Amino acid sequence: MLNQRSRFIFTALCFGFAFLYIPILLVIIYSFNDSRLVTVWGGWSFRWYVELFNNENILDAAILSFQIAAITATFATIMGTMAGFIMARIKQFRGRLLFSGMIASPLVMPEVITGLSLLLLFVSLQDFIGWPGSRGMNTITIAHITFSMAYVAVIIQSRLTEINDSLEEAAMDLGARPLRVLWDITLPIIFPAMIAGWLLSFTLSLDDLVIASFVSGPGATTLPMLIFSKVRLGVSPDINALATILILVVTLGLCLAAWITSRQNRSLSQS
Amino acid sequence: MSGLLVQTNNSLRENLWRYFFVAIPYIWLLLFFLAPFVIVFKISLADPIIAQPPFTPFFNESSDGGFSIYTTFDNFRYLFQDSLYFVTYLNSVKLAFIATVFTLLIGYPIAYGIARSPQPTRNILLLLVVIPFWISFLLRVYSWMGILKTNGLINGFLLWLGLIDQPLELLYTDTAVYIGMVYSYLPFMILPLYANLVKLDVRLLEAASDLGAKRWQGFLDVTLPLSIPGIIAGCLLVFIPAIGEYVIPSLLGGADTLMIGRVLFDEFFLNRDWPVASAVAIVLLLLLVLPIVYFQKKQAQENLEATA
Amino acid sequence: MTDSDQKFIEIKGVSKNFGEVIAVDNVDLEIKKGELFSILGASGSGKTTLLRILAGLEVPSQGSVLIDGVDMTTVAPYDRPVNIMFQNYALFPHMSVFENIAYGLKKEGMEKEGIQEKVERMLALVKLEGYENRKPNQLSGGQSQRVALARSLIKEPKVLLLDEPMAALDKKLRQSTQFELMDIHYELGITFVIVTHDQEEAMTLSDRIAIMEQGQFVQIGSPNLIYENPKSKFVADFLGNINLLEATVTEQSDDRIVVKCEALGGELELNNQDQSNTSQMTVALRPEKVMIEKTMPTENEQKFVKGMVEDFGYFGNLSIYRVRTESDHIIQVSKQNRDRVEQSIKWDDEVYLTWENESLMLLGE
Repeated sequence: MLNQRSRFIFTALCFGFAFLYIPILLVIIYSFNDSRLVTVWGGWSFRWYVELFNNENILDAAILSFQIAAITATFATIMGTMAGFIMARIKQFRGRLLFSGMIASPLVMPEVITGLSLLLLFVSLQDFIGWPGSRGMNTITIAHITFSMAYVAVIIQSRLTEINDSLEEAAMDLGARPLRVLWDITLPIIFPAMIAGWLLSFTLSLDDLVIASFVSGPGATTLPMLIFSKVRLGVSPDINALATILILVVTLGLCLAAWITSRQNRSLSQS
Repeated sequence: MSGLLVQTNNSLRENLWRYFFVAIPYIWLLLFFLAPFVIVFKISLADPIIAQPPFTPFFNESSDGGFSIYTTFDNFRYLFQDSLYFVTYLNSVKLAFIATVFTLLIGYPIAYGIARSPQPTRNILLLLVVIPFWISFLLRVYSWMGILKTNGLINGFLLWLGLIDQPLELLYTDTAVYIGMVYSYLPFMILPLYANLVKLDVRLLEAASDLGAKRWQGFLDVTLPLSIPGIIAGCLLVFIPAIGEYVIPSLLGGADTLMIGRVLFDEFFLNRDWPVASAVAIVLLLLLVLPIVYFQKKQAQENLEATA
Repeated sequence: MTDSDQKFIEIKGVSKNFGEVIAVDNVDLEIKKGELFSILGASGSGKTTLLRILAGLEVPSQGSVLIDGVDMTTVAPYDRPVNIMFQNYALFPHMSVFENIAYGLKKEGMEKEGIQEKVERMLALVKLEGYENRKPNQLSGGQSQRVALARSLIKEPKVLLLDEPMAALDKKLRQSTQFELMDIHYELGITFVIVTHDQEEAMTLSDRIAIMEQGQFVQIGSPNLIYENPKSKFVADFLGNINLLEATVTEQSDDRIVVKCEALGGELELNNQDQSNTSQMTVALRPEKVMIEKTMPTENEQKFVKGMVEDFGYFGNLSIYRVRTESDHIIQVSKQNRDRVEQSIKWDDEVYLTWENESLMLLGE
């Protein structure tokens, strides 16, 4: 049954996915390696996991990162949803061009520039109005909200352009005022997209190294900053263990999200 | 066209809501996205000093109580005089470009294969492409360190096979940077390509073969030209972030792997020369303006087509 | 009938432009109470924009809209005694059939029992009893259409607007639905305004039709009036099949006009209805008003033209012939197939075409 073309596609897929997954699998396997020498197999062991959970620096950094990620995701989802709604539904207002530019740019802006510019803003603000005081969790969170909300806005905007204006018009025609329409019709329909936006913001925030390095101050070290400073010096077995935990959490979360959205789609899709 | 837009007599309250609604994200972005760029631009025109913050102020209070504006183009002049920066910019473009080409060559067959798969398989394959995208970028780059090391997996394997007697120098080279970039940005290439290829009407290929085109001719004459928008989107999504990349060259690249992101980072943190770092950022931005504007035009066009 | 019944909906000098594009161009229209009124036009003629102006979803750039004597020009859609049924039905995908239909009443703040009772009555009216718990994606096209209709009728609006109500249905279903819609209209006595591009649908349903073209009405009247007395070539051509034949004016008095029409074999004397002063006119003749025979007519007075059948199509109830006349013009003829016999007129047959003088219509540009 396999003709030449299908065989080519099949091979391409096999190699492609092997390329994508073998490095990740190796990290997972080596996290159970008893040997301190990362490349020498010394038998199965959980010792790096035990060491990980006894390392207070890593735990502190993890807690800080998760806190920032949760706050970022929540605020970015709220403001990103507003921005996406504005982009999709308010066709004209003064300064719309600037607004759409500002929404789209963070997606393609190099992180070094975003990080540098935000730090310089915080330094200047400190000079002029004495805020934000010390840099750390507060400044990192603001920076993360700013670029995450752009991602949320794009997700919400594309979902809203998919659904027809006439749904909202129909509600209004039946007597619902604009805010009612938002609550009764628009929000329920874009809710799955908002969940997706929240998850994406959470991950982006948890993952960010460069921007956090710029806007953080002394004393505030996020998980990626800690990992980076360790792996800069070479491969480290406890980072393998940490990576394994993060990978499993993300994969489980994604599979769950995929399952929920596929169920949602089945019950929501209109023929 | 939407309800929030209908101007009516009794909707003053709703109009106020609308302004409020637009104002919140607008003001946030003005303050935390636009204003920082103005400041970067301003500081790129200042002199470095040993102080906190380490640059000369923009406004100088003169003795008679007035203000004067102090600017200097020294930082930019410095960038053009020191060949290090020029080489770095060139090298960044080169590395990003070659990485983009390889990502396209590897990503296209995968995207094509997914788009041609039957439905349940297709969703699973797509999920498999997306999962690495959600896993920490930093950790994925890190995962290659163990593979590329002198006593790492590849060298171990090749030595075991007897193909080499000396371990190859892989980690801390440009090759490692290419591998890291292709690996990290592959999902960005596959997803837009897939989105484009999956829309392709199979009947067009059937029509081509009905008219006498062989399979590969059908691909060259129909599939490839129609997928050009996807190729462009994917390439820009890889090329733009790759140019400013910091993590990959600093973890996988050698000391001589010069990239702007890394130079900017070092200029800022090691040399503490904020004005020069700002000038580097401004030039990097200028370098990216064309592809970014082009990309946004394309996106806006596609949005327009989607709504029409 | 009172004057306000005569002018239940009043559209006065309404224009709407989107940037450069003029969608509706200075339109005047009056619709009677209880009327079933259609706006017929091709896509892009501005008919949907006009309907949306009536619904309050667009505010006109100029002019005013009165409903039942009240100025509605800038009243928001949620404050209007008007409801609309959307072309794609716009059923809320996350609500059941019951919740969809009940939505309008809930926004009025009606109590639960009242809503229950009214929705049940509505479901009975559109013959959807037992479907209240279904979700929109579990409905067929016809069922979705009924839910949309029920949802827009439940608030008992003064005017029901329907945007291409049948466009998404297949042909058989469309015909039966048309009659059901007429029944519902009769039963409720609500004023219906229908926008459609389907001329058959407009003809079957409506008391009156307005034909719209480039943002303006080209003719308003009963289906019969518009079909038999089109004002222009555009209307004549738009509504049904018609032969449009060139003619030159040779003599003209106040009530009589003589034109020379080559296709119809020479000079014709007609009533001068048009009064326009152009010398080039068009003689319009509906295909069903032409008789086709294989034998030469014997009556002395009878005008006829001779021709040859170039093409014919058999439609079961009727056959349509394309006849090339001796003067090298094409005339379309339709003939009822009253007898169950094989077609007697076929390709290349020599035929004679005759018509009543009153069937001829003289049109200017």
